[in-house]
Amino acid sequence: MNVVVCVKQIPDPADPGALDPSTKTLKRDGKLILDESDSYGVEMALQLVDAAGGGEVTLVSMAPNSEVGGLRTALAMGAAKAVLVSDDALKGSDALGTSKVLAKAIERAGAADLILTATESSDGYTGTVPEMVAELMGLPSVTFAKSITIDGGAAKVQRQTEAGYDDVECPLPAVVSVTAGVVEPRYPSFKGIMAAKSKPVDEVTVADLGIDAGAVGWAGGGQEIVEVAEAEAREAGTIVEDDGEGFQKVVDYLSELKVI
Amino acid sequence: MVVTTDPHDDPTLAAVAEGVDRVCADFDDDYWSACDVEHRFPWEFYDAMAAGGWVGIAIPEAHGGGGQGIAAAAMVLNRVAASGAAMNGSSALHLTMFGLNPVVRFGNDRLKDTFLPRAATGELHVAFGVTEPDAGTDTSRISTRAVDDGHGGFVVTGRKVWTTKALESEVVLLLTRTDTDPDDRLGGLTLFLADLDERHVDIRPIPKLGRNAVASCEVAYDRLPVEGWRMVGERGQGFRHLLHGLNPERILLAAMSCGIGEAAVRRAVAYASEREVFGRPIGANQSISHPLAVAHMQLRAAAAVMWDAARRYDADLPCGEQANTAKYLAAEAAFLAADRAVQTLGGMGYATEYHVERYWREARLQRIAPVSQEMTCNYVAQQVLGLPRSY
Repeated sequence: MNVVVCVKQIPDPADPGALDPSTKTLKRDGKLILDESDSYGVEMALQLVDAAGGGEVTLVSMAPNSEVGGLRTALAMGAAKAVLVSDDALKGSDALGTSKVLAKAIERAGAADLILTATESSDGYTGTVPEMVAELMGLPSVTFAKSITIDGGAAKVQRQTEAGYDDVECPLPAVVSVTAGVVEPRYPSFKGIMAAKSKPVDEVTVADLGIDAGAVGWAGGGQEIVEVAEAEAREAGTIVEDDGEGFQKVVDYLSELKVI
Repeated sequence: MVVTTDPHDDPTLAAVAEGVDRVCADFDDDYWSACDVEHRFPWEFYDAMAAGGWVGIAIPEAHGGGGQGIAAAAMVLNRVAASGAAMNGSSALHLTMFGLNPVVRFGNDRLKDTFLPRAATGELHVAFGVTEPDAGTDTSRISTRAVDDGHGGFVVTGRKVWTTKALESEVVLLLTRTDTDPDDRLGGLTLFLADLDERHVDIRPIPKLGRNAVASCEVAYDRLPVEGWRMVGERGQGFRHLLHGLNPERILLAAMSCGIGEAAVRRAVAYASEREVFGRPIGANQSISHPLAVAHMQLRAAAAVMWDAARRYDADLPCGEQANTAKYLAAEAAFLAADRAVQTLGGMGYATEYHVERYWREARLQRIAPVSQEMTCNYVAQQVLGLPRSY
């Protein structure tokens, strides 16, 4: 069984992020790391390939400056190879542009039985890319998977909902987005890290993927960031002085909010 | 190619640092503080490190390990200590990582085949039974005896102190007296990899100042049977076999000390940058900032000597001077850093919640164990400077 996992390489969330004032987009010129939300998809893919008893996990990523830092982390976890799309023409890509690129890169990665993604990235949060990739590839899309089992040519997915989960079954290949926290991503091992250095990363441009540069990046963007404003400061809370009846005020307040 | 002393310029060592930092990131200072307060061995951390192959990194590849040298092992322990795990984290690992060095170098095939693969996976915990109540630094005086049992095996009776991890360990690398040779101070001692069989071994943790997640114990051996094939190397050569492991041990301890110091300076700098008194951060005062700068520089110097020693050891070059110098400098630098961190945090530095007091207690140990600073000076005075022997 071959699984493709879409992974995003993002600025380290531990460092304070900054916006480029000219484009009003996140600065991505420093070192990028594997988005933690994608580590769950990588782990799930590795487990599915293990359970199937054969096949491999291939990564697909789009990142500036030939960045492979995050890919190496996922390769060290056990993925076999990667396709990296890196091209100046991709700067400013919106979610649809990104989806077009990823769809083509997934095709380039070879025949896949299953394509996994996170539900959303930790730096963009649009949460729309997996569904658009599925649509562009003409594949079924299942979202918010908390578990996946493969049964012949179908995937059985427990799809997380507010109340619990739905059991969903769909034919393969399919695009499935994986909820964060549902599996425990393995730590890259010493041997994994050393092996990852020599695993193949197929770096391609938009032209290599047969995409018109005008359809992606700033040129193809269907959106423009007009203004970025500070989030409103949170209002000061209400201080309840406890004169022995403080609990009643808290109860009344919560009742008013219909929380209790 | 630019040759630097920065180990992060070595791709393998950089990979080690990256992998170990990633595991350590999930075990924060509060975890280590809790282990210390509760005297609880950090099993979750140990298992995560073992699963990644970090514990077995210096075991030969033929036995399932990572096949790396002392520099890689030093990097593992340095990053663990620097994460804030300090000695509680690094000494949980270090005996399995390098304690079996005499077995790797001198052990028979059966010993290697039986134990090294399990050390490589981290499954085997190893204790080190050398020090005795009446023979501290003067190892030649040890009195734990191994007597021939008449069937090719031995029976061991005696007492050891400061046996770290005796409670968790399955086996102990045990130095015993098998013979007496009045003409050879270092002769007559034999090394075994013996089972810590509770029917013949009584283990009591020693209450102590710090590093309380990992107990050090007093261990009494009462007629412990040891099969002949468990002898490590040659009969009567046990102490000499151990001497081979002393330089790596000093290097690893220096790496840990540098890590503790790094953690202490990091916390002190963060506090000094945030804590405002009289309307400005206390780090703006040179009486705060200069000692931290000095601590940082001394740590850098100690680390440079430590990496030099590690590379020399891995290249089979003499490294006694470098390893001893690194151990001494790193212990002093770590203690200075931890002490200045406590001073920087003031009253908070004395509070468990802020962690630097834990670093301070553990850094203090580095000036005593596994060899005192004074004995390290003796080595350099005699062996390096050629001064007369003082003891």
